[in-house]
Amino acid sequence: MPVPNRSREALTRIVAERHVDRVGGVLQALREVVVEHGHIERADEHVVADVFNLSQAEVRGIVSFYHDLKTTPQPPVTVKVCQAEACQAVGGGALTERVQAFLGIDLGGANERVALEPVYCLGLCAQGPSMMVNERPVARADQCDLASEIGP
Amino acid sequence: MKAFVPLDTAAVAAGADAVASAFENAGIDIVRNGSRGLCWAEPLVEFARDDQRIAYANVAADDVPAIIDQGERHPKCLGPVDALDYLNTQTRAVFDRAGTDAPLALPKATVLRDCLGQPGKALIDTIETSGLRGRGGAGFPAHIKWRTVFDTPAEQKYIVCNADEGDSGTFADRLLMEGDPYRLIEGMTIAGIATAATKGYVYLRSEYPIAARIFQAALDRAYEASTLGDNILGSGKAFDLELFIGAGAYICGEETSLLESLEGKRGEIRVKPPVPAIAGLFGQPTLVHNVISYACVPAIMGNSGDWYAKLGVGRSTGTMAFQLAGNIRRGGLVEVPFGITINDLIHGYGAGTRSGRPVRTVQIGGPLGAYLKPDEFDTPLTYEDMAALGAGIGHGGLVAYDDTVDLAAQARYAFAFCEIESCGKCTPCRLGAVRGKETMDAVIQARAQGRAAEDKLAMIDDLCELMETASLCQMGGMTPIPVTSAIKRFPEDFGP
Repeated sequence: MPVPNRSREALTRIVAERHVDRVGGVLQALREVVVEHGHIERADEHVVADVFNLSQAEVRGIVSFYHDLKTTPQPPVTVKVCQAEACQAVGGGALTERVQAFLGIDLGGANERVALEPVYCLGLCAQGPSMMVNERPVARADQCDLASEIGP
Repeated sequence: MKAFVPLDTAAVAAGADAVASAFENAGIDIVRNGSRGLCWAEPLVEFARDDQRIAYANVAADDVPAIIDQGERHPKCLGPVDALDYLNTQTRAVFDRAGTDAPLALPKATVLRDCLGQPGKALIDTIETSGLRGRGGAGFPAHIKWRTVFDTPAEQKYIVCNADEGDSGTFADRLLMEGDPYRLIEGMTIAGIATAATKGYVYLRSEYPIAARIFQAALDRAYEASTLGDNILGSGKAFDLELFIGAGAYICGEETSLLESLEGKRGEIRVKPPVPAIAGLFGQPTLVHNVISYACVPAIMGNSGDWYAKLGVGRSTGTMAFQLAGNIRRGGLVEVPFGITINDLIHGYGAGTRSGRPVRTVQIGGPLGAYLKPDEFDTPLTYEDMAALGAGIGHGGLVAYDDTVDLAAQARYAFAFCEIESCGKCTPCRLGAVRGKETMDAVIQARAQGRAAEDKLAMIDDLCELMETASLCQMGGMTPIPVTSAIKRFPEDFGP
């Protein structure tokens, strides 16, 4: 049985308690757990369930519903490449293939440095194909230098 | 001398931050304004000399010394921004301030002050006179919702803004929240005063981090300026507004799913009735509109319901913020009265495809919208004319495709997207999307082998009818629209 990580649990509890009186606080708490730890572990779910007086199943249900609530460790960089129609119309598919080849990982995959994810619309639909590197949006990504946008 | 360099996502994504630094390094004062919606020209820099603002398109940091040096002789100069056809032919009732100044510069709250002195019923009557219909997609008459919330007794009523702008081809909500956040705050506050709702929430998608930062800062300033809070502008009336960030789920753009999510639950849709105006957030009467619907309110109140109703055509009153997207040379935001044609937008404002090839189809109204053919592009964009084509205006996004598009692949994508984003509550949507995708794969495979797949297409037809009639919400109910519109209009793409 793994040894519980006391300091992580304590931090999760502090984060969760910050949102306990807010409307929809449990969702905001889980979002912040991801910001804090990079992903949500079962132990975090148990703490959040306890703080919000919910069952563990309810919290598990919320976590499994939303794309942003990651349950596996994430590398430091996340590249999201838009797969939606407006970008498809201007070579979103070719951009996806180029980024996959550049990183050597498939869409949905990750290595120790980068995760490559699909995203369905970044609101840059007049300047596609687009992508986002962590929180930095990139328009006309077909023309960009991937090495300078994403790094080596 | 002053340079306006937008801080909007569309500009930042095209390198505006480096441009702003370059101006600063050259000793020029800068204002980080919102975007004017000319996405094709971003970063659109305006250089202010005397009273005139001269626009420069697609400015890179390297261009800055030459722009300072050459002024209007610089090749990227578009001339005075007010003289741009793209802008000065628009009728901007909602986006009139966007892009003109820093988004956090507090405007005068004259309309709000005037509304604070009016009874709720009078404000609702003005909305009824204006003919305003929901801009999020369904086009439902706004005043009916307002009146229902007003008439339903409750301890606590809510104003909720749907800013979960997930439709591909749309960015108007983001543009407004980043360019003129006070417009949305003012519209929601007026809605709160009219319906006696004292709490409001803006549900924003997490894919818009820049909008989140700007809007939160605007909220803080609005509280400082007493245009939000317990005692708005000394009127004794209260309205609190909070920003809520989603966690990545397209379905949360559906209003009942959004309310579930706002309550902190899985974003599964609710069965209607009851409608949210009667039993919405926490079972209380809740007015739910999208960003642009609320943002129309200050212009309506500031002018008059009649003024607004005279814009547009028939029962499609007022202006619509159309968004030109996809394979388009001059994509961006075009706010004009209803009744403009697709041709005027795509070939007029948009100047045709970016690739230079012919436009083969335009998908209108997001991922759940119809694919139309060029011989339909002269149809006026009104709710009624679009419905007659089996299409809808949706959130006003138009995605153009050139003649390299494969409509079978697009139809497959419609099912695939539904599979990814279905909330899973009802079977027609949850399983229909998967079966639809598989069956469309079989059609595409048969085509590659030179065979027609009549049986598979008949199956898709059946499946679409089932999804349309038996799904609980528009996600499953409207996924058939892109599929069947593509099959009907472009049958040559679905067989050998």
